[in-house]
Amino acid sequence: MPLHSYTVEVVVENKPLARDPEGETIHHNLILKGGYNQVTHVRAGKLLRMSVNAESPDNARDLVKRLCDDLRIYNPAAHTCQVRIVG
Amino acid sequence: MSKVAVIQYPGSNCDLDALEILQKIERKGTELVWHKELKREEYDAYVLPGGFSYGDYLRAGAIAATSPSLTVVREAADKNKPVLGICNGFQILVEAGLLPGAVLRNSGLRFVCTWTRLRVETTRTPFTRLSEKGETLRIPIAHGEGRYYLDKNEVQQLEQREQIVLRYVNDQNEPSDDSNPNGSVDNIAGICNEKGNVMGLMPHPERASLPILSPDGQAYGRVIFDSMLKSLNRLSA
Repeated sequence: MPLHSYTVEVVVENKPLARDPEGETIHHNLILKGGYNQVTHVRAGKLLRMSVNAESPDNARDLVKRLCDDLRIYNPAAHTCQVRIVG
Repeated sequence: MSKVAVIQYPGSNCDLDALEILQKIERKGTELVWHKELKREEYDAYVLPGGFSYGDYLRAGAIAATSPSLTVVREAADKNKPVLGICNGFQILVEAGLLPGAVLRNSGLRFVCTWTRLRVETTRTPFTRLSEKGETLRIPIAHGEGRYYLDKNEVQQLEQREQIVLRYVNDQNEPSDDSNPNGSVDNIAGICNEKGNVMGLMPHPERASLPILSPDGQAYGRVIFDSMLKSLNRLSA
């Protein structure tokens, strides 16, 4: 099967129980202070956007999931990791 | 003579301080070794120094943790040799899985450079055996990512297994919120593995190992290095 290029995003953020002072500060000191009171929660994280050559979107996602675990792109003691195809 | 390796990573910047203390003060055969040159397990102890390996990219210590030097360090740890990670060295040991948990960004979101008080929680490690349980050490910290994190139930396990080695404390020698410089869970400043021969700590004992460097003229950091070298003498005796 021919390979296609897919764009895959990886989002790493702290687990719910691990405090995220950056998200809290952006929420309290910027968003709420700016009057956007409908925003009730902010979580800051890290975004990696990768271009991946693969046979299908599923293959691309599986490959990136595997590399995230293999290479410890996130630390499972403290982080969650989401992988999604965006293009 | 025992030989100690101080492993240098791209971005290490406390390597020469650790080398200086071990070579000149302790008069031991310590060598600075570039991480890619460390191919065989040939030293009696290993020190991973502080700094900003690989620019702290991705996460502090995450990229250095994949260096082949960690294979050598893991082998040494399996043979019960002392392995000490200071600051970035601690982060590398955690990211390499030699120590449990994670070291996250400081809760105050700032780089903190200050003197701290540390309480020695166990003397069972090769790095604290010359100190006393409950003793206070004054050693400085300098980091932006030093918030030790582990789930609550796992911290309890750590406590039960006597793996918590150092805690940040106040003037009364008690862990408190105001003496916790980075938001670490349970004021943890340093931990060890189950066997006790691998220890990581955020404070910099090499910066408190000469009287002239300490505010009260006492070289509190020396006890960490003295203990380690004493352990080596025992091993080689």
